[in-house]
Amino acid sequence: MKARTIGRHLKESIKNLGRNGWMTVASISAVAVALMIVGLFLMVMLNLNKMAGQIENDVEVRAYIDLTATPQQQDELKEQIKQISEVHSIKYISREEGLKELMKDFGKDADVIKPYQGDDNPLNDAFEIKTQKPKQTEAVAKKIEKLKYVSDVSYGKGYVKKLFNVVDVARNVGIILILGLLFTSIFLIANTIKLTIVARSTEIEIMKLVGATNAFVRWPYFLEGLFLGVIGACIPVALLLIIYRQLYTYFIQNNFQSYAFIKLIPFDTMALYLAGLLIIIGAVIGVWGSLTSVRRFLKV
Amino acid sequence: MIEMQDVWKSYANGVMAVNGITVKIEKGEFVYVVGQSGSGKSTFIKLMYREEVPNRGKIIIDGTDITTMKNKDVPFLRRKLGVVFQDFKLLPKLTVYENIAFALEVIEETPRQIRKKVMEVLDLVKLKHKARFLPSELSGGEQQRVSIARSIVNNPSVVVADEPTGNLDPENAWGIMEVFERINDNGTTVVMATHNKDIVDRMKKRVIAIESGMIARDDKRGDFGYEG
Ligand SMILES: Nc1ncnc2c1ncn2[C@@H]1O[C@H](COP(=O)(O)OP(=O)(O)OP(=O)(O)O)[C@@H](O)[C@H]1O
Ligand SMILES: [Mg+2]
Repeated sequence: MKARTIGRHLKESIKNLGRNGWMTVASISAVAVALMIVGLFLMVMLNLNKMAGQIENDVEVRAYIDLTATPQQQDELKEQIKQISEVHSIKYISREEGLKELMKDFGKDADVIKPYQGDDNPLNDAFEIKTQKPKQTEAVAKKIEKLKYVSDVSYGKGYVKKLFNVVDVARNVGIILILGLLFTSIFLIANTIKLTIVARSTEIEIMKLVGATNAFVRWPYFLEGLFLGVIGACIPVALLLIIYRQLYTYFIQNNFQSYAFIKLIPFDTMALYLAGLLIIIGAVIGVWGSLTSVRRFLKV
Repeated sequence: MIEMQDVWKSYANGVMAVNGITVKIEKGEFVYVVGQSGSGKSTFIKLMYREEVPNRGKIIIDGTDITTMKNKDVPFLRRKLGVVFQDFKLLPKLTVYENIAFALEVIEETPRQIRKKVMEVLDLVKLKHKARFLPSELSGGEQQRVSIARSIVNNPSVVVADEPTGNLDPENAWGIMEVFERINDNGTTVVMATHNKDIVDRMKKRVIAIESGMIARDDKRGDFGYEG
């Protein structure tokens, strides 16, 4: 296509968007709302999936030792745990080591944990226990839980189950909601573009009479749909990323003592996913909406 | 130039508008199509620029069979064929010049060619001095001349017109006929459906009379033939 023609199509599509002011605003808002929800859903799902995956690999049991336990009592506990037949290995992890591990998990955000080094370390000393087989984690955890000087036990499986349940429900509800919203926005875009087409039916009639190709007639409307969809997508992308930034910072600042698996997807990665996916979905909705309404008017 | 072989056309509602027409129109001819209201003149014309597709038969324009033509090739047929209507079909917000240029812009003609060709046809329809006027500032006859100018600006080999003088008073109608004569003198084939007895009788051109979708009469130097 010639540059002059591209320029013409761009000018036409922008002119149309301006002419239908309110319908344009309405369709952009519809896309924005729909994609906001899609984006939220995506944000949660991606994180849940990641966590679930992490826990699944995590077949070890961690026994946190009571803060009051003396070194002798700690040794006593270690012996008791070794007695359990399913236990394969046991490793002592001091609170300092625990904190270092945590700092490693936080990667470049580790600075937030620095202040908690030394006497301010809120972690407990712990034993990291590996079972003979992954299946045995639950049983072993239950047994260790009953021992003296154990303040808390954590292991993956239980969380995995709960998490997968949550993920499943969220996925089903989400998909229905999202499909409904996406179709609503396709419909609104189709309607907006239909308005511009109806308003210009004489023009299209003349274009076809003097031999303009369907593609030529279609281009401005195609662009119009694309603009509606992409502009509509940029709004939720911006909002969601602001929210995610806050959430991510909050998690890092407040939850560092948690188990290693509650790690959010890093902001940069999430930004890439969200922007990429939402803009593509927006573009598809927009183009789909516009092409549905143009098709009818292009019957030769 | 234009050839129809046993062409039939019925509409979706069952109306039989064209019932077995066979006709040949040579290059450079001037042809009137006459007939009562509802006899099928407009349908006959629409078949030529593929606004309608026949149920049966062959239509050949400039050597191309347009009945088997793919939809995507239709635009290129339209570029060889000018169409004029009773209601002008001008864009009200564009000036005379822009209305004509529009036809070339949408087939991606170069700006330089557009300027040249638009000035040429404006000269031909004698509206150079009103190039910057809006359609609403013109008389009906002038508007129709703009519409004709637009139909021929791409140098088509045929111009088809469906009652181009239908909305005009006799004086304006004659002005339009002069324009068509000039176009025809330049070698362009003209096919015109009309109810204007006066014009047909005075011009002494080929007349095809249609009745119930069939050719009732085809005279080399004919007249209108009945009280319209
Ligand atoms: N799009 C259509 N759908 C259904 N029937 C149609 C359509 N167009 C025309 N007809 C019918 O086909 C027949 C021929 O119509 P056509 O318009 O060709 O007549 P015409 O000779 O041009 O009449 P007029 O002189 O009034 O313009 C009429 O009976 C008309 O009602
Ligand atoms: Mg008619």
